[in-house]
Amino acid sequence: MRHGKYPLLAAFLLPALGVYATFVISPYAQAFFIAMTDWQGLTSKFNMIGFNNFRYLLKDSYLWNALWHNILLMLLLPVLTIALGLFLASMLNVGNGKGRVRGVRGSAFYKVIFFAPQVLSVAIIGVLWKEIYNPRSGLLNGGLRAIGLDGLAKTWLGDPDYAFWAVLAVMVWANAGFYVVLFGAAMQSIPRDIYEAAALDGTSRWTTLWRITLPLVWDSVQVAWVYLAILALDGFALVQVMTRGGPNFSTDVVGQRMYDVAFGEFKFGQGSAIGVIMFFLTLSITVVALRLTRRERIEFS
Amino acid sequence: MKGRFGNVAPQSFLVIWGLMTALPLVWVFASGFKSDAEILNHPWGLPAQLRFDNFARAWTHGHIGQYFLNSAIVLLVSLTLTMLLGSTAAYALARYTFPGNRLIYFTFVGGMMFPVFLALVPLFFVVKQSGLLNTLPGLMIVYTAYSLPFTVFFLSAFFRTLPTAVAEAAMIDGCGPFAMFFRVMLPMARPGMISVAIFNLLGQWNQYLLPVVLVTKEDKYVLAQGLAALAVNEGYRGDYSRLFAGLSLAIIPVLVVYAVFQRQVQSGLTAGQMK
Repeated sequence: MRHGKYPLLAAFLLPALGVYATFVISPYAQAFFIAMTDWQGLTSKFNMIGFNNFRYLLKDSYLWNALWHNILLMLLLPVLTIALGLFLASMLNVGNGKGRVRGVRGSAFYKVIFFAPQVLSVAIIGVLWKEIYNPRSGLLNGGLRAIGLDGLAKTWLGDPDYAFWAVLAVMVWANAGFYVVLFGAAMQSIPRDIYEAAALDGTSRWTTLWRITLPLVWDSVQVAWVYLAILALDGFALVQVMTRGGPNFSTDVVGQRMYDVAFGEFKFGQGSAIGVIMFFLTLSITVVALRLTRRERIEFS
Repeated sequence: MKGRFGNVAPQSFLVIWGLMTALPLVWVFASGFKSDAEILNHPWGLPAQLRFDNFARAWTHGHIGQYFLNSAIVLLVSLTLTMLLGSTAAYALARYTFPGNRLIYFTFVGGMMFPVFLALVPLFFVVKQSGLLNTLPGLMIVYTAYSLPFTVFFLSAFFRTLPTAVAEAAMIDGCGPFAMFFRVMLPMARPGMISVAIFNLLGQWNQYLLPVVLVTKEDKYVLAQGLAALAVNEGYRGDYSRLFAGLSLAIIPVLVVYAVFQRQVQSGLTAGQMK
C-alpha cells in the first residue's frame, strides 16, 4: 500500500542531491586529483606528478610563513575573544557579587550593540577597519593625535611590525559580541541560588566568575573554542580586503596563499595541494576537539 | 547603597566596549556627509554641512546601487532555493526509511567538515563549464549548494522531533504525501525554518571568497566585493567621501533590519553555532 513513497522521495531528494553532487561533492573529489598534477589551467594538458606539489610546499617558506600566522591566530583569537566574551557576559548577567544577582540595567541594549558587527559582512568590516587604520585620515590615528599621543600614531597596516596585530584586533572586535550573547544565554540558565549562596559567603566578583560561572558555562566555552579555531584557519576575507597578505607577507594566511597561487599565478595543481593541506588541518582540529570536549556535564538538580 | 555603587564598575566596562563597537559605525556615517578635505584633515570632526550628494555619487558613479541590487537578487533567489531544496531533502531523510537513507544523510552532513578552499579550483572550472562564470545565477546555485549541509542537518533534526500523531491524523483524513509536507509538516516546522533561514541569509551575505573567485566582472560584483574594489580605487582617485557614503549605504540597511529582528537574529545565529 506504501507505493506512494518513491515519487515523493525522488521529487524531494533528487534536486538537492543533483545540485550538491555537481557543485560540492564533485569539486571536493576532483581537488585531490588535481593536487597530484602540474596543471596550469591555460590548456587542458597536465602531467601526473604524484606528491611533488606537496614535497615542494613542504619546503616553501611562503606557505610556512602563512601557516605560522594561522597558528598564531588559532592560539590567540580564541583566548582573547572568549576572555572578553566571558568577562562582558558576566558583567551583563551575573550582577555585582554582593547579593544582587540580576543583570545590570540596560543589558538588552548592550547586547544589541555588542552583537551588531556580527551582521555586517566580513569584507565590509575589512573595508571599515582599513579606513580606521588609515595613517592620515583614520579614526585611530586621529584619536591618538587629538589626545596628544602623536608618537603612538602608526601606519598600522603598512608596517610589518603592526599589521598582523591590527588584523587580529579586528577579528576580536568582530566576534566578541557574538560570544557575549552565547555565554550570556548559558549564564542565564545557571540557578540564581548558587550566586545567592556565594554572595552570602562573601565571594568576590572575580572568584565568582572563575570558580562558579566558568565551570558552569564550560560547554559553551568549548563550542566557542572549536568554532574560533576553525575561523582562525580561514581569515581570508579580512586579510584579502585589508592587506592582501602584506606588507612583506606579514599578514599572509594559508587561504590567501592558496588564492594567490591558484588564481594569481594560475598554478592550479599547487593551489589544490594547499587546499588539501587546509582540509587535513581542519579535520585534525575537529578530531582533537571531539576528543577533548568529552567532559562530564554538571547537572543542576 | 552598596549595591548601587557596586554597579558602576561593570557599567563602565560595558560602556567602553559599547563605544568601541558603535563609534566606528557612527564615524563612517558622519564621514559619509563630509567633504574630502574634512575627511583627510579632521578625522574626528563633524561635517560642516550635510552633503547628501556624496550618497548619490556613491549610489550611481560608485555603482553601489548596482552592487546592492546584485546582492539583493542573489540572496533572494539563493535563500529561497536553499530553503526549498534543504527542507524537502531534510524531510525525506527524516521521515522516510529507504535503502541508502543514512548514506545520503551523511554525504550531506559530511560537507560541513570540508573547507571551501579545498573545492575552489575544481569549482571554478565546474562553474566555467556550466557557462555560469561571471553570472548571478552561478553565485545563486553555488551559494545554495554550500548551504545545504547545515540546512539538511539542522532541519532533519527538527523534522524528527515533530509529533507523528498529527501526521497520522492527516493521513487518515486522506492527505497525500506532498500535501502532508506542504500543508502539515512545513507549517509545524516554522520556528526551525526561520532560524535556519536567518543563519543562511547571514552566511551567504557574509560570503566573500566565492564571489571573488567566481565573479570577476565589475557589473556583476556583489556589495562586499564592490566596496572592497571601491576602497582600493579610492586611494588613487582621492574620492574618500564617496567611499564613506558607500560604506554607510552598505551598513545602514543591514543594521536597521537587524535592529527590528534582533531577537530572531541572535537566536538564529546562536542556534547555528551549536552544530
